[in-house]
Amino acid sequence: MFSAAILIPAVLNGLLMGAIYALVALGLTLIYGVLHIINFAHGALLSAALFAAFFAFKLLGLDPYVALFLMAPVFFVLGYALQRFVIGPASHGDDRNMLLVTLGIAVIIENALLYNFRGDTRTIDVPYAFQTFNLGVTYLAVPRVVGFVAVFVVALALWLLMTFTDVGRAIRAVAKEKLGAQLVGIDVGHVYAMTFGLGTACVAIAACLLIPTYYVNPGVGNAFVLVAFTIVVLGGMGSVPGAVIGAFVIGVVESLSGLFLGESLGQIGIFLIFIVVLLLRPTGLFGARA
Amino acid sequence: MKSFAPTAIVIAVLAAVPLVVQSNATLNFLVVTLMIALAGQGWNILGGYGGQYSFGHAAFFGTGAYVTAILQMRYGVNAWPGFAIGIAAGAALGAVIGALTFRSGLRGSYFALVTLAFAEVLRIVASVAPITGAGVGTLMKLELGARTFQFQSRAAFYWAILALVAVSLVIAELIERSRFGTWLVAVRENEDAASALGVDARKVKTAAMTISGAITAAAGCFYAQYFLFIDSGIAYGTWISVEALLTAIIGGVGTVFGPLAGAIVVKSLGEATRLLIGDAPGLDLIIYGAVLVLVIWIMPRGLIGGFVDVRKFFGRKSVRQVRHG
Repeated sequence: MFSAAILIPAVLNGLLMGAIYALVALGLTLIYGVLHIINFAHGALLSAALFAAFFAFKLLGLDPYVALFLMAPVFFVLGYALQRFVIGPASHGDDRNMLLVTLGIAVIIENALLYNFRGDTRTIDVPYAFQTFNLGVTYLAVPRVVGFVAVFVVALALWLLMTFTDVGRAIRAVAKEKLGAQLVGIDVGHVYAMTFGLGTACVAIAACLLIPTYYVNPGVGNAFVLVAFTIVVLGGMGSVPGAVIGAFVIGVVESLSGLFLGESLGQIGIFLIFIVVLLLRPTGLFGARA
Repeated sequence: MKSFAPTAIVIAVLAAVPLVVQSNATLNFLVVTLMIALAGQGWNILGGYGGQYSFGHAAFFGTGAYVTAILQMRYGVNAWPGFAIGIAAGAALGAVIGALTFRSGLRGSYFALVTLAFAEVLRIVASVAPITGAGVGTLMKLELGARTFQFQSRAAFYWAILALVAVSLVIAELIERSRFGTWLVAVRENEDAASALGVDARKVKTAAMTISGAITAAAGCFYAQYFLFIDSGIAYGTWISVEALLTAIIGGVGTVFGPLAGAIVVKSLGEATRLLIGDAPGLDLIIYGAVLVLVIWIMPRGLIGGFVDVRKFFGRKSVRQVRHG
């Protein structure tokens, strides 16, 4: 049972899944880092993005990897609008209200999906879904490897954006010192919305990378986002490297505990990590002390 | 000092309803509404007065429901002590979660997350553990009689849940006028300042969470008694976490009657949509989510707060009229 022939594929698959988790967690941690709230609508937005990718394929015949270039900007605009015109004005600048509003939006999106598409689980058939790379020791599914590489491209693009552009500088300024940023003329509402848009675009990209090997139903995003919460807490809220490293750790832990404990108990393992980290070191492994 | 008169009047009026209303469907609707009001009052003690917004009150609801059901079905415990033990279990869980989370100083987003995680862990455990019936759920034996807390008439159930709601209203009233309540509100408004003045914030919040857990667990116990069936998705599902906070937010956080008013409005809206558009999965929750966002947007202090504002507005206006006249 502990032979390398079983462990190596499990670890590798955990790393590949971890990459997708990283993308979802990246959006979450970005939003937390700037707005200082947890976006409870993140999971519902992921479900919505998975449905969008599903229908782009079914109705328009768009390959998910092509749809990605369309969906990322669309979801960016959606996220921007949500924060600018709904979450921002509705919460009157109160953090607790903001939490509740994102929860309300999550409930609306999730149930609107349920109402329209019922609880059925759907999948798409792409020709490359079952193609594999032969590594000698094991086989890796092509779509998962594509996802893995794409996540690094997205992370690099995000890093470049944050480091070298005015938007990135403004976002970092607001994250560090909101009042100061406001005083030097940065439009905080705009920066909040930009951040929310970026986080939502991450979710859309994750959905396009996931759909070839995954399924979609109205509640699918929830399971995902609870894992993403764990990752973000583990890596330290607001920390980008923390989110990426945390995602790989969780991906491997999930894969191994699924192997040894079975699927549902494996999930409990993740939650226990989550609760223990929250209770013992709420700032995470990489976060600065609050 | 405020009197208990408003509470007494509200309860008396509600108690008279079954004398007028005979329809089982209507009574059933009212029973469910009151049950949600009870769960919401539990949330309100911690979230409304204490300012700690829990996103996982399903943990208490489900624990109450499962403890009552399992004690009766597997250990032959009578329904009444089973009910009481269910409430006690909710209180104990509240004390434990409170002690753990407040010791770590979790607030705001972190507190919401950790409560959500506790509810999720319990849900997963309940969906696999043999004692809860795992995926199949727990079906309770139908055995009518006052001794088994199972009534033929809806009215009896209605009065039972109304009695529980009445107790929860009195508890909220007592908290509001006690020293403990003052501490709790002080912690909500500014925890650091309250601590500086010698309020033991951790202890106060943990106590609030214990009371809160007990009240929401009572709603869960009642659910099990009334529907005689629970599974992990019902007992520990997100729906009850959402409805518990929804009623309090919509009615008015940190007010005695907020959860009751909120539950009546929310449930009526859900019922109205069902009548207008038909029964479809998810429809009522779409409405609830929209109402949640709109109430925060337009009436951040909820219906009761809005009502007070309107009264003040008209009060001021009449004073002005008197002056000018």
